[in-house]
Amino acid sequence: MAGTAVRGRLTWQVATVASARPETASVRTIEFDLPGWAGHQAGQHVDIRLTADDGYVAERSYSIASAPGEPLQLTVERLEDGEVSPYLTEELRPGDQIEIRGPIGGYFVWDGDDAGTPLLLVAGGSGVVPFRSMLRHRASIGSNVPVRLLYSARSLPDVIYHTELDMAGEGAEVVYTLTRQQPPGWAGHSGRVDAALLTEVAWPDDRRPLAYVCGPTAFVEIVAGQLVSLGYPPDRVKTERYGGVGAP
Amino acid sequence: MTERLSGPDDNALDGNAIGGVLHEIFGTEMTTAEVTCGHCGHACQVAEEVVYLRAPGTVVRCRTCTEVLVVVVRKQEMNCVDMSGVAALRAS
Amino acid sequence: MSPLSRGFHGRRQAADVDASRVPPGQYVTTDFPVLSAGPTPHTPLENWTFSIKQGGQTAKSWSWQEIRNLPSEDVTADIHCVTKWTKLDTRWQAVSMDTLLGQVEREARYVLAFCDGGYTTNLPLADVTGGRAWLAYGYDGAPLRPEHGGPARLLVPHLYFWKSAKWVRGLELVTADEPGFWERYGYHNYGDPWREQRYAGD
Repeated sequence: MAGTAVRGRLTWQVATVASARPETASVRTIEFDLPGWAGHQAGQHVDIRLTADDGYVAERSYSIASAPGEPLQLTVERLEDGEVSPYLTEELRPGDQIEIRGPIGGYFVWDGDDAGTPLLLVAGGSGVVPFRSMLRHRASIGSNVPVRLLYSARSLPDVIYHTELDMAGEGAEVVYTLTRQQPPGWAGHSGRVDAALLTEVAWPDDRRPLAYVCGPTAFVEIVAGQLVSLGYPPDRVKTERYGGVGAP
Repeated sequence: MTERLSGPDDNALDGNAIGGVLHEIFGTEMTTAEVTCGHCGHACQVAEEVVYLRAPGTVVRCRTCTEVLVVVVRKQEMNCVDMSGVAALRAS
Repeated sequence: MSPLSRGFHGRRQAADVDASRVPPGQYVTTDFPVLSAGPTPHTPLENWTFSIKQGGQTAKSWSWQEIRNLPSEDVTADIHCVTKWTKLDTRWQAVSMDTLLGQVEREARYVLAFCDGGYTTNLPLADVTGGRAWLAYGYDGAPLRPEHGGPARLLVPHLYFWKSAKWVRGLELVTADEPGFWERYGYHNYGDPWREQRYAGD
């Protein structure tokens, strides 16, 4: 286990929106200024808290999209019947304030300190967010760790960070599967992640790979189960479930 | 990740989702702590257990036997924690 | 003091809502949040029964078809969740608890509702009789969906909605009041939203 567990009090801090940019039609990345931010590890998340003027409070958690050392960024997908995500993706503007608590988590993290271990990252929809942090961290520390990202999205326009992922760097491969709609002439994979696709993409278990799976709960359950069936020891498959959010 | 008897709901989360609350309660990162189920004896990291957040309280259930491990109820500004379903909790 | 998030509405109270219908501390919502303490059960209807137990015995039991054959009512009710949302004019198709409890010789003063998945909640017998409670299997003109407690749930709208137990399979009539699931974890034993009885000691 990483010896960098977060210690001490975890308190709510006021964060000011510094900037916001769209990633896709329903996804937005927001950068925050927090004077008290002490940095984070790739894969961690934050809790946020919003207070309406009638006193109503809502709390949610979001994976950190930025790499350690970069200003805090969160990437949020607008959910159809969401209470908080429409606010974050459509209303929130630079200068607005929310409360943030973090960074949180010591399980679903990657520090890059194990050079020999190939990584398999499997993302369903917005589950790609913590992997962006990991890939950016890998690039910034000049790591040679072989990494494959298998990213399941509904369609090409739904792929978050597309340009950035296509330049993921030496030793990093990104494989997309588009589940609902493919562009004309699409030569990549279509349909849901299944045992066949994983067999093709997953590192053979004799390389002692480490897998991270993130996305909607149903997606994570299926993929994690398939990886174990492929021979990954259960303790080499780390999972982070987002609940019943938009399935890829 | 552990063997399951029957899949939890598509709406269920895992112990990662309560990292913040647990940190608030215990003063340290707890998602990597090893928890032993008081009902079936199964042990795994807190992050791997099943969490139901959208309820009058937060309920953590054993991924193997589905019995309740921990319940956190937020009463005014306090966390009321019931851990009677946990046989052991070992933080590193 | 928590900073206000400009422009965040959360569950905004509709302008034309009659405030006298909204208990203290509640916010009116038009959606129907799904709250759960555990996995959604899926009991096949051919195995489903509703029972009334007393003194360790089953006093009376109905199959799904028998429940459906009983006279039912269209119930319209405002419902209030302890997590602060209130939904007005919810419409249910339900069998009155009086119809079910009326078929049993009752000696007890309290009930403990028991459900698939192990959930329980306790109520005074007086609060599930006298036209105040139902076994509901239809919501908004359609069969009650599993995430909302289907095939059938208890419906007791005058109390916080955690008392309207989802996936209910019966009532145990008991002489001594016994706290159910949320009551044991710190919620109020009775749960009157109009007196804001959310937590034990309120």
